[in-house]
Amino acid sequence: MRRRTGLLFVAPALALFGVFVLYPMLTAFSYAFFDWQGTTRGGFAGLQHFTTLFTRAPFTTDLPRALGHNLLFFLGTMAFQNTIGLAVAMLLHRRPRTRRALQTLYAMPYLVSPIVIGYLWTLLLSPTFGPVNQLLTRIGLESWALPWLGDPDTALWVVILVSVWQWIGFPVLLYGAALGGVPEELSEAARVDGASHSQTFFRIILPLLVPAIGTVSVLTFIFAMEAFALPYAFGGSTGNPAGSTDFISLLFYRTAFDSGATDAIGTSSALATLLFILIFGGAIAATAVLRRHERTIAG
Amino acid sequence: MSVVPAGIGTGRALPDSDEGDLGTGTQPVEPRRRGRGRQTQRPVGGLTASLLLWGYAAVALVPLLLMVSSSFRTNADLITDPLGAPWPLSFESYREAWTVGSFASYFLNSLLVTCGAVALSTVVATMAAYALARARSRVFRWLESLFLSGLMLPIHLAILPIFYLFDGMGLIDSRLGLVLMYGASGVPFSVFVLTTFFRQLPEELEEAAQLDGASPWQTFTLIMVPLVRPALATVAVFRFVPIWNDFLFPLVLLRDEAKYTLPVGLTTFFGENATNYSAVFAGLVITTVPLILLFLVATKQIVAGLTAGMTK
Repeated sequence: MRRRTGLLFVAPALALFGVFVLYPMLTAFSYAFFDWQGTTRGGFAGLQHFTTLFTRAPFTTDLPRALGHNLLFFLGTMAFQNTIGLAVAMLLHRRPRTRRALQTLYAMPYLVSPIVIGYLWTLLLSPTFGPVNQLLTRIGLESWALPWLGDPDTALWVVILVSVWQWIGFPVLLYGAALGGVPEELSEAARVDGASHSQTFFRIILPLLVPAIGTVSVLTFIFAMEAFALPYAFGGSTGNPAGSTDFISLLFYRTAFDSGATDAIGTSSALATLLFILIFGGAIAATAVLRRHERTIAG
Repeated sequence: MSVVPAGIGTGRALPDSDEGDLGTGTQPVEPRRRGRGRQTQRPVGGLTASLLLWGYAAVALVPLLLMVSSSFRTNADLITDPLGAPWPLSFESYREAWTVGSFASYFLNSLLVTCGAVALSTVVATMAAYALARARSRVFRWLESLFLSGLMLPIHLAILPIFYLFDGMGLIDSRLGLVLMYGASGVPFSVFVLTTFFRQLPEELEEAAQLDGASPWQTFTLIMVPLVRPALATVAVFRFVPIWNDFLFPLVLLRDEAKYTLPVGLTTFFGENATNYSAVFAGLVITTVPLILLFLVATKQIVAGLTAGMTK
């Protein structure tokens, strides 16, 4: 294909991508370094908006709290998908007949909108009519029939567990694909040499799964740092009750669109920049560690 | 929520997997070496494990089934017995959500925006992917990396510049704006999958077409596009889901309730009808049904999208 023809073929995609993705993405950072009076851009502001994030209320309390929730969200998801998720993938692996059907069932919640999932569980956990508490009462666990989402001590865990429930079909699917890539001869050879099931798993299969676990972890990290719609459905934009389900994206949304502060654009852009650095930094660091690990396996 | 194809993060594809046949359909399907009859192939854990696996399937599905069954009951019935059966079926909640709650217009808006955006990004990405797969000049390698860099960009963080860009272009409160926005954000994934696919097609096809006097555009539309149909299906089906479900962009970029898509319409409806449980359940089902239908007819494409990059 000639170069000019090729460029004509690429042009529409490039224009669309350039105008609506690249340009906004690049300017997003520049916004953080200027003074803003409402929507009018003033002079260069240096790092002033970033200092605001660490010195001015409500950020001094909201930002560390929200960041903590995002990290807990990430760690909680990791804890479940690398134990239950991995175990489910292992069990499925040896069931070629039912595997596809079960994987499909597990992945169903993953496709549903987080907004729907949030409202669905809000209703299911409702203290007045919710089927969950109703069921607990019927089987004699009245003391467990709590206002799960009304109590700041339990609300965050509800958000995390519901998210785990929704997301876990994805790691199961990817771990399944990775397990399919582990040569059968390896575990057979280990067993012939007298290795037990658990030895075969920990010494042979698990090390070969590290790249997949790494990939899934990076994606989970991005997903956890960007969490927005699910907590919004549960606790609105302020992370009710009492900020216990607040996340960075919600804080960003409030700062940008709800705060009414004159420098809202500057501070919220600084927050977005920080979040971007966190997501990209985390993803790149994890990828670097993984590459090194893969080289160790290969060499 | 952005969906990044797996495998991008580590920059390295995993070894050939037995899910390869779910990929874009080009990998030769190796005969299964593992016969069911062989002794080492007994399912791990036997019956207990089977029960656990089906039990977990119940955990995944029961909440969704409760959502559906509750939507077919009246509100009074739901309040007296939350766990009751949906007999006799009541469609009252759907009537309420569809007409009083204007789900009819939310649904239509979601359909317009999602289909428009999927069509847009698939068309432009197919053209681009063809050129990227075939052109040899160095500028195309550079363009390909540029597109692929978009796979990792958390586009939601650019909502403010997008808001002001749209403000300047008169695209605030416009469904067309959302179509352009989602169309653009689908380009990286679509280009990624389609370029891989085009590369696997033999070049002799085009050479033959050119000898017969076909123009590059004719070669592309008449010869190449029909050959990549499986990949087009994967890309279109897989992009449909995140766009249908997206919440932040319509929340920020739309003003007029008549233009709301389902997720935003749902928050309005939930805010106003929080105690009309059965109507809310009906709204949740209306929002979800198209995805479930899509999933049932196109499981293969969705799974392929989710594992894209891991099955190279």
